[in-house]
Amino acid sequence: MEKNDLKSKWNLTPEGWNLEGVPAYQDEKRYTQVGRSVPRVDGPIKVKGEAIYTGDMTLPGMVYGKIKRSTYAHAIIKKIDFSKALELPGVLAVLTGDEAPNKWGIVPQSANETALAVGKVRFYGEGVAAVAALDEETAEAALELIEVEYEPLPVLLDPFESMKRSNEVLIHEDNKGNIMAAGDQVYGDVDKAFAECEYVLEREFHTNYPQHGFLEPHSALASYDTQSGQLHLWASSQVPHYLHRQMSIVLEIPMNKIRVTLPAIGGGFGGKGEAASSEFVACLLSRKVGRPVLVTFDRQEVFYTNKGRHPCHMKVKMGLDKDGFIQAVDFDNTLDKGAYSGWGVVVMFYTGSMIHLPYKVPNVRFRARNVFTNKPSTGAMRGLGGVQPRWALECMMDEMAEMMGISPYELKMKNAIESGHTCINNMFVPHSEFKKCLTTAVEKSGFLEKQGKLPFGKGIGMAGAYYISGTAYTLYQNYKPHTSVMIKVDTEGGVTLFCAASDIGQGCNTIMCQMVAEELGIYYEDVHIQSGDTEIGAFDLGSFASRVTYASGAAIKMACVEINQRLKETAAGMLGVRADQLIIKNHEIYSMYESKKRMPWSKAVETYTSINGTIIGMGNFSPPRRKGIDIITGNRVQGANIGHSPTFGFSCQVHEVEVDVETGRIYVRKVTEAGDCGTPVNPMSVDGQVEGSILFNIGACLYEDIKLDANGKLLNPNFHDYKTPTAMEMPEMDTNIVESYDHTAPFGVKETGEGAVQPTFPAITNAIYDAIGVRFYNLPITPEMVLKALKDKNK
Amino acid sequence: MKKLIELNINDRIYEVAVDARDLLIDVIRKKVGLTGTKKGCGDGDCGACTVLIDGKPELSCIKLAIASQGKKITTIEGLVQEGGKLHPIQQAYVDHGAVQCGFCTPGMILSSKALLDRNPQPTEYDIKHELSGNICRCTGYKRIIEAVEAAAKVWSKEGVQ
Repeated sequence: MEKNDLKSKWNLTPEGWNLEGVPAYQDEKRYTQVGRSVPRVDGPIKVKGEAIYTGDMTLPGMVYGKIKRSTYAHAIIKKIDFSKALELPGVLAVLTGDEAPNKWGIVPQSANETALAVGKVRFYGEGVAAVAALDEETAEAALELIEVEYEPLPVLLDPFESMKRSNEVLIHEDNKGNIMAAGDQVYGDVDKAFAECEYVLEREFHTNYPQHGFLEPHSALASYDTQSGQLHLWASSQVPHYLHRQMSIVLEIPMNKIRVTLPAIGGGFGGKGEAASSEFVACLLSRKVGRPVLVTFDRQEVFYTNKGRHPCHMKVKMGLDKDGFIQAVDFDNTLDKGAYSGWGVVVMFYTGSMIHLPYKVPNVRFRARNVFTNKPSTGAMRGLGGVQPRWALECMMDEMAEMMGISPYELKMKNAIESGHTCINNMFVPHSEFKKCLTTAVEKSGFLEKQGKLPFGKGIGMAGAYYISGTAYTLYQNYKPHTSVMIKVDTEGGVTLFCAASDIGQGCNTIMCQMVAEELGIYYEDVHIQSGDTEIGAFDLGSFASRVTYASGAAIKMACVEINQRLKETAAGMLGVRADQLIIKNHEIYSMYESKKRMPWSKAVETYTSINGTIIGMGNFSPPRRKGIDIITGNRVQGANIGHSPTFGFSCQVHEVEVDVETGRIYVRKVTEAGDCGTPVNPMSVDGQVEGSILFNIGACLYEDIKLDANGKLLNPNFHDYKTPTAMEMPEMDTNIVESYDHTAPFGVKETGEGAVQPTFPAITNAIYDAIGVRFYNLPITPEMVLKALKDKNK
Repeated sequence: MKKLIELNINDRIYEVAVDARDLLIDVIRKKVGLTGTKKGCGDGDCGACTVLIDGKPELSCIKLAIASQGKKITTIEGLVQEGGKLHPIQQAYVDHGAVQCGFCTPGMILSSKALLDRNPQPTEYDIKHELSGNICRCTGYKRIIEAVEAAAKVWSKEGVQ
């Protein structure tokens, strides 16, 4: 049937099909609010400078908190003398770690962090004490008066050294070998598969230590009411719910006595995806002094405490049969955990689950260990666990295509998965347009015409990728719905969505309004939203793992069913038609058969609420659970279901680079991207996410790296020495949303926030090879490395 | 020893008591209460604190308040037009999706304004060059540059106060 022949305009069934069984994406008239590039709901207040971020807030009686930081990367705290600080006029209180020794951690099984160091510091810049004072200047002066006596311990900065010297030095008493977590996964018969391969390649890859660099430093404002025992925390966070839990653990206050509210958030990228010491310190000090306390980090403190991307030391072996089909991958990964666990277990197993897609891999062996070192902890950073292995695997495929004498595009198309694929670890992909992504990016960029044919110094490279979408968090303490929403409809407030999801700048508030409007048959401007508040909003896990669009979309759909049913029944009586034959669209309720039978939506709301009062619809979403097993043997594999999600986003990037052979500098000139994000709820926002992702990882591929001296002191904890891309580094970007509709997903949506960072490293690395004939296995690829490589090559 | 100074911010005179070491950003944010100016790094690297001083973009986090006396300071709050209408640059940022987390936005818009005041028809390179002192980690800059180009068109057609 031709697309234009379809005239259907009926509502979808929950499965995403309309009443005639026609997939919704073929119906051009289906969506009016979803799929529109509407401006952000928070756009105007942000451009006027009226958006309130945590650090912009002032409360009556508010005082300021500051944190004293360790000048050793590994040392026993022998004594903290703060008597002089307390004598300073204007100082209200001093806090030390002993006062709040309960351990917190985003993954309950590996919680090992305290609000401030207890007994020992494990990285340079760790908090050892905190001060509350009437103003910031006094608080800073008081920090200088706190005397800390340390007994230095050997500093371990390299994960291999850390494992080797663990008999001599343990960073955490309970973690033998200085290993935070380790895991082995075997699927199929890897050795047998390799023995039968025609092409086998082994390589080692080493990634760098970048940080998120969100522009708003962590900030927390806590107000403890000494009479009621109620604590209210405003914080710059991606995860109000986790913050809520951790606060309850550390402060020993029941959760129902704590409220977390997110003001505007100035970016996160994973860095605000855990509780931060600013938040604990603000709460503890507020309880101690009985006044609101604001703790805002300066940029240096962000670099010390924020959990950047794990450096990975990866040994990879890949085997292809004579026709180029991947037969086996052996992947060994040593991750650099830094000082504390954080998301460590999750990141480690994600690097394992990343092997299984977006290509068919029938035999896999994965071995990993996440090793403690005396560095600022690593954690979740945009594309968590995916970026490092993706870089290795896509670079190897480029090299293997060359071994075979075929184009990497051909090799990737040959191995690309399709809809309905079940991976060897039991991950199931209901829908994929990955091949369309590969083809679109390759055709639009002219990759096949350019690769290998550009003059020396110019090159083109490609890479494919995928990421999870709406995933289950398998290490949560119980398996409750990951998102709940409540929608309120009445004649006074109109329509309001309540959900504790957090808009950290990615724009989820806007797209949630679009989805509510779509389902209720009204306009997105009509929907008010109350998000990021644990008391007002319904439960949500937070903004991480590219989950919010999918999860909130599913919950919104469910909540709207109830509301629409009531309004349709009301209208049915008034119009004299059956309720199940009514459609709600563009503020009107009308019969799908008799178009004259229609009435305004607001009239139905007015009539219903006049009798029954406000309408409330509730919805929730739990991601499907799926066992992580070796599907050949059926054996349970530890960590295999991390990374399983209800659906997956896919993408491909082609990068064109120019290498200045005199200076070694690499310029990314043009990026052609094609992404399968399902239905783009807001195409302008999708493009914004993708463009941001590309530049984000161009930075991490070419410039960004935290440097430490031999004692573990950070050498570049500022934007002056830690180089991020500016507008001058921006390449020409051609981003394309491929046509895609996942009928298993609410509105057919998938992720786009983290998938687009995945192919950037390998596409650049492959392009550099095309330009100068050198493959790089270390990041970031600096001008020094390029010059040295060119010199070695010419020898 | 605090000193009473006058600062002309957004065409209003504020009398503020400052220390010689007080930074302009802290005075604007805490004493005057205009929190639209953001502190992203405190070292003059990220550009979030950009304000216009006599029409030129300056970094208020490395500028002393006392050195700003007798000058015309414009912050993001000073850009809104008569009747609360958005300035064409602000409007273009909203319409073109140039705003994500919004933390770099005030500084970015003021840098854009300084450019368009001086060079009403900038090339793409001019825009990139002018905005290279303002870091944005969300957008990849593409939409910001498009917004400035769009604002330049509106501006040259309609003019602004």
